[in-house]
Amino acid sequence: MDKVIFRIKKGTPEKWEYRDYEVPVENGTTILDALYYIRDNIDRTLSFRASCRMEVCGSCAVMVNNFPRTACSTQIKTIGKKVITLEPLAGYPWIRDLVVDFDGFFKKHESVKPYLIRKDNPEGQLLQSPEQLAKYKQFTLCIKCGACLAACPVAVSDPFYLGPAALAAAYRFNADSRDQGKNLRLAVVSDAEGCWRCHFSSECSEACPKDIDPAGAIQKLKVQAAGYELKKFLHLGVKE
Amino acid sequence: MEKIEADLLILGAGLAGLRAAISAAETDKNIKIAVISKLFFLRSHSVAAEGGTAAVLYEGDSYDLHAYDTIKGSDYLADQDAVEIFVRTMPKEILDLDHWGCPWSRLPDGRIAQRPFGGHSFPRATYAADRTGFHALHTLYERMLFYENIERYQEYFVTSFIINKEGFSGLTAINMKNGEFVLFRGKALIIATGGLGRLYSFTTYSHTVTGDGAAMALKAGMQLKDMEFIQFHPTGIVPSGILITEGARGEGGYLLNNKNERFMQKYAPQKMELAPRDVVSRSMMWEIQEGRGFTGPWGPYLLLDLRHLGDAKIRERLPAIRDIAIKFNGIDPKDEPLPVRPAAHYTMGGIHADNDTSTPVKGIFTAGEASCISIHGANRLGSNSTAECLVFGDISGRNAALYVKNARMNDIDMEKVKAEENRIYVEAFKKRGDETVPLLRRELNNTMQEKVGIFRNEKDLLDALKIVKSLQERFRNVYVEDRVMEYNTNLFTYLELDNLLEVAEVVILGAIARKESRGAHYRTDYPKRDDVNWMKHTIAQKVNGEIQLSYIPVRVTKWKPEERKY
Ligand SMILES: Cc1cc2nc3c(=O)[nH]c(=O)nc-3n(C[C@H](O)[C@H](O)[C@H](O)COP(=O)(O)OP(=O)(O)OC[C@H]3O[C@@H](n4cnc5c(N)ncnc54)[C@H](O)[C@@H]3O)c2cc1C
Ligand code: SF4
Ligand code: SF4
Ligand code: FES
Repeated sequence: MDKVIFRIKKGTPEKWEYRDYEVPVENGTTILDALYYIRDNIDRTLSFRASCRMEVCGSCAVMVNNFPRTACSTQIKTIGKKVITLEPLAGYPWIRDLVVDFDGFFKKHESVKPYLIRKDNPEGQLLQSPEQLAKYKQFTLCIKCGACLAACPVAVSDPFYLGPAALAAAYRFNADSRDQGKNLRLAVVSDAEGCWRCHFSSECSEACPKDIDPAGAIQKLKVQAAGYELKKFLHLGVKE
Repeated sequence: MEKIEADLLILGAGLAGLRAAISAAETDKNIKIAVISKLFFLRSHSVAAEGGTAAVLYEGDSYDLHAYDTIKGSDYLADQDAVEIFVRTMPKEILDLDHWGCPWSRLPDGRIAQRPFGGHSFPRATYAADRTGFHALHTLYERMLFYENIERYQEYFVTSFIINKEGFSGLTAINMKNGEFVLFRGKALIIATGGLGRLYSFTTYSHTVTGDGAAMALKAGMQLKDMEFIQFHPTGIVPSGILITEGARGEGGYLLNNKNERFMQKYAPQKMELAPRDVVSRSMMWEIQEGRGFTGPWGPYLLLDLRHLGDAKIRERLPAIRDIAIKFNGIDPKDEPLPVRPAAHYTMGGIHADNDTSTPVKGIFTAGEASCISIHGANRLGSNSTAECLVFGDISGRNAALYVKNARMNDIDMEKVKAEENRIYVEAFKKRGDETVPLLRRELNNTMQEKVGIFRNEKDLLDALKIVKSLQERFRNVYVEDRVMEYNTNLFTYLELDNLLEVAEVVILGAIARKESRGAHYRTDYPKRDDVNWMKHTIAQKVNGEIQLSYIPVRVTKWKPEERKY
């Protein structure tokens, strides 16, 4: 059995240090397994978030050697290093150890109106063909882990930028054939801190554990936003 | 101490809690609703549900058929009038989710698709690929953002229910971010805290499912029902226990032993792999006991074979299963079968409640896995649980909203609040012995797994009771070593262990008393169902610090008990 040293940023913003922990590693051992091993056997004061351990709840993203990853679905052997540094997600207010403040992340998500908007009160099924479903399906898979924001150079330096996850959520609803609230969302995302801040470097998509390609969604959103802005400029009357 | 007030408190933000919140907000725009969870809402365990949600939608299916399947699956312990409410309300819930944006999988003509599921005699599991719980939870969360009278309290760890003579009066909690003590006051409470699966060592449950609701209810003098019934899902992947949905067998997957036989032929010749979970799990354990399992470094296992489905079907219908197999086991299911073993998966029992979701305590309602209404009886059918969360979440939200309109805020017993503050901030931190949370938790998990698992007998159960009692004693020598109050996981795991130890005893006592085999409760020393003596619900309640058991009848409407054959 191999051993790997985990170097973890431990403490609170007032007082912290890097601490080393040695963890036995087999094929299949994940970073989250290592964190539980440390907490159960070495240091019961280590604090981190986790719940599902199957990459679906979005709790466990941390910086692994400076790159954001979901701890539960990252196999230690695939990193191929004897020393692995773990730090709290970049670009978020730090609480302690590997725990950061997610309130701002969820507020940004909420601000793009990420829910289906209808002008009527539908009764029966809203029909949607498999092809219509396929247009937005990929973007429904976001687990809100926040890794993309930690990878995005704009988001890390500008706390007000809406960021890839929220923008991808806006696109998800705009592309849903059942939705009738596209312009309400475009009004939000074409704002100064919205999609135009993105310079399409795609770091977010590289970091996304769910292969959602938020960068791609943002480009499509820009096309929609440009049309919306143009209509507004020409006073063509934008229908809500 | 921070004080927070609302008309209605909803504890838990899984499918049941969020459905309740929406329903309450729609019933009355003028009441203040507070939803409280120890997790960010989208992290709730419901997000892991995979396979589907049962509902009667199309020709060929009927309410009576869904009810009959559910009751037969329950081994005749379900309350039949509750089941009838359940099946009749479900179709509307599917449509609500559709109108709120749930990406249901679709038929070529645009209608919502359904698939077969274990124990159901019609393909009525409505699904969104194999991420049904994920999409349903996200849809409810998104919809909840719509309502201005819902306040969100995320990462608040609730530690006790405060009840006085008039009924419910408040909750104590820890604000996890800064460690501060919080008092929630409200006219009514809906408990939607989920199950208790982390009692076991091999389980499909998220790490955070620790029976908190049941334990707090018990401590507050409330009644728990049918706690001895714990479901083991046939296909937890080895070694992690991550669930491989029944949908994999619904789509045609085989279970194989080491002789390459589809052994379900012997045990359930008609339904085969799609017999109900209790039947399949026991069959698997018999195969293993009789030497037809495989052995590996992480214990025995059998195989789930999906190869014959082909890559295209696996990618379309079971993308999450494919992803899990590749990411966590390094196996592509199109090339290789998956190693599986039964894993603790669902808590049939829960807080005793009526069909309208009210409990005997005035002002307290309950829904979802935390409750026991009881529609699952001794064994839940797959895809009936997310469905239950929707139906009874909805009903509880509406009834609680109507209730608070005419209710007043009860006085709160500050003595109890002070005592709870003392338990957490003084007692828990006092250095005592050298016992630790992980040590005791491991012993508890192993005991439950080995002695209170799929096969039970009196000797093992009595042993388990003794061990759990001694662990409860030893728990007094555990203390919280972490002195930093921000996000103190040492403190949270300490409180969770206390809760697990509390509910473990109830599970074992119920299992010792029930001298028959029914659904998920299988006694090798009493292998037959006994309708004459045991067609009744177990009620557990703490009286003067001791757990007492009593029994109430099962409500039968039109389905008479018959032998279960599949
Ligand atoms: C892997 C897996 C797959 C499943 N697949 C299916 C399926 O396909 N179909 C199906 O019908 N069922 C399925 N189930 C079962 C189903 O998912 C659950 O029964 C259901 O989601 C439970 O929902 P809930 O709302 O009752 O509780 P949960 O989703 O468990 O939510 C509980 C809530 O209570 C909160 N809480 C708990 N304790 C406290 C506390 N002390 N303080 C504050 N908050 C607290 C939690 O944070 C959480 O928000 C599956 C279960 C598992 C394990
Ligand atoms: S593509 Fe846009 S959102 Fe993504 S990392 Fe680059 S700047 Fe950030
Ligand atoms: S887009 Fe990807 S990385 Fe960003 S929050 Fe969603 S799942 Fe995580
Ligand atoms: S623990 Fe849920 S995503 Fe990692």
